[in-house]
Amino acid sequence: MSIQNLEQLNEMHIDVLKEIGNIGAGNAATSLSQMLDMEVDMTTPVVKILDITDAANMLGGPENVVIGILSKLGGDIEGIMMFIIEQDFAKSVLKSLLGVQEVSCDQLSDMELSAISEIGNIMISAYTGSIGTLSTMNMKTTVPAVTVDMVGAILSVPAIEMGSVSDKIIFIEDDFLSGKDNVTANMLLVPSIESLNRLMEKLGIEL
Amino acid sequence: MSEMFTIGISDMKVAKSADSLVTYALGSCVGICLYDPVMKVGGLGHIMLPIFPVNNPKENPLRFADTCIPEMIFQMEKLGCNRRRITAKIAGGAKMFEVAGDSSFGNIGQRNVLEVKNTLSKLQIRIYAEDTGLNYGRTVYFYTEDGKMVVKSFSNGIKTY
Repeated sequence: MSIQNLEQLNEMHIDVLKEIGNIGAGNAATSLSQMLDMEVDMTTPVVKILDITDAANMLGGPENVVIGILSKLGGDIEGIMMFIIEQDFAKSVLKSLLGVQEVSCDQLSDMELSAISEIGNIMISAYTGSIGTLSTMNMKTTVPAVTVDMVGAILSVPAIEMGSVSDKIIFIEDDFLSGKDNVTANMLLVPSIESLNRLMEKLGIEL
Repeated sequence: MSEMFTIGISDMKVAKSADSLVTYALGSCVGICLYDPVMKVGGLGHIMLPIFPVNNPKENPLRFADTCIPEMIFQMEKLGCNRRRITAKIAGGAKMFEVAGDSSFGNIGQRNVLEVKNTLSKLQIRIYAEDTGLNYGRTVYFYTEDGKMVVKSFSNGIKTY
């Protein structure tokens, strides 16, 4: 058996995906914390089947300007991994990483962009690496691409690339909170339907 | 009383003067504004993909350029518009991310714009203005009072067409 659309996922499948999000994000949070030498907390992952409008509303409304880091997944799991950072989170990270005082997100320098891309790279690798180990699947990631723009426009990318069968896509979402500033970032794993089936099969979950 | 209507993704709406229409944060999607200056009726559509999949007839026709545009024109004609007077302004179709080693990733924006132009040309509708392509998201406001399209973006300010 395999699923053809996301409505066929039951509660157990969602729980499995939550656990995957938990493990991936746990590793990503640890690597971020080591890199910044500060505390990084994460919330319990949320697995949601949403259309982009609702997803954008969850992240501050479609016109909320954020930093989006995207890596395309290949190998055994195809899909998109996105790391969406609120501007305050980026500022706080860049301050501690580069020691800069003022950061303006509409005019990030090459150095700042490259630092953000590297953070994304390390976190995405930590996330996918741990899922790969758990499921004994080979996951490849591309070098992350970075953009600063409206979250609605950013989220339309995984929806279009992965949602070719319906408007809905599955988000495995993790929130990160950093330090005393209480700034947040979100990590989204958006797998293709075929990869979701393969992943469940590898983990020995009945579909 | 004039109202402002919000158009979601894969959606469209036709409105009469002096109502206005808005669709937020177009990435690779394309916003299509159609206008009949005599009737002062305008429509705004927000399409996501170029071509309706014939093997999946249950799909929402408003998601696709080649089915959304004719539906908008049909709705406008029901309000007394004349197809020969209708003109178009379009915006969106960006490539939001440049993925290293995969230059075709995100080309959907370009394909969307091409199909919008192709569909409009088949229907003999002239394009008066376009703000498409490049690499940033756009919010589109469309005013039925005068047919103005205002494009707002984070990195490139506000432009009026």
